[in-house]
Amino acid sequence: MPSTRPPVDYIERTRAQYDALGYPPYQWVHSATPPPWAPLEKPLSECRVGLIGSGGIYQVGQVAFHYKDDFSFRIIDTRAPTSQLRATHFAYDLTDARSDPNVVFPIDTLRDLVQEGFIGELAEYAYAFMGGIYSSRKVRDALAPALAERVIRDEVDVVLLVPV
Amino acid sequence: MTSALSITRAANPPRAAYLDFPLGHTAGKPHQRELNRAIVRDALRSFETLRAPGDVVMLPYEWAADDAWKDTAMRPRQDKAGQRDDRVERRADPQYQTEADRAAADDALAHGGCTTCVWLDERG
Repeated sequence: MPSTRPPVDYIERTRAQYDALGYPPYQWVHSATPPPWAPLEKPLSECRVGLIGSGGIYQVGQVAFHYKDDFSFRIIDTRAPTSQLRATHFAYDLTDARSDPNVVFPIDTLRDLVQEGFIGELAEYAYAFMGGIYSSRKVRDALAPALAERVIRDEVDVVLLVPV
Repeated sequence: MTSALSITRAANPPRAAYLDFPLGHTAGKPHQRELNRAIVRDALRSFETLRAPGDVVMLPYEWAADDAWKDTAMRPRQDKAGQRDDRVERRADPQYQTEADRAAADDALAHGGCTTCVWLDERG
């Protein structure tokens, strides 16, 4: 039977879970004002595409993420073999990401899309962090600006953000 | 891309593509290269098709033939005391996937450090 049920409301479920655990309510980030809009000015087939994922991906040889508000990031060469990519995170089931990192970090997928000409090219680097960061301030004031600076330096036309 | 629609609407990014899959599969299913390519192709296409900030494209892919997974998503077992949280302990030391990964990282740290690891100051 085709899916007829609405999307899972994770805000509601987190509220219920925190309540059951006796935690104070989780404070979600709400952005009320419309975000800035940058129109795409060339076809995707001519675009350099960046990738940023929050699924806790690191490459063998790099230091793994820790689970206490780790707001560091890893620079991943987009030519890196997928067999060298790992996944670490405390808040989602890692089974599939460890079997195939593309489920949260679509690196082969994007390479395929370059190959077929759907996108122009991949940026030289992709970026990964572990998104279980409970301080929105650290993300807003430190991590997000640092990643923005990186992708601007990489001269990307678009960035695919893949949160978990 | 997102698999958590309510959270994405709250965060309000300029563009989003919603995939109705369980958390941990924002960009597809393991080892399904064709499917994943179709998903990400559709997600990227929204860069060309969306016209207003805050718009969300609903991607037409289904995780399974039925929606049973939606009943258990982030609803941990409550039959045993202390089993109400699926998350693992939040430890403050690096959590490697394998011990070999730890050795490789320690080796890199002993020989010049991890040049592709970026640790930030709180103030940015």
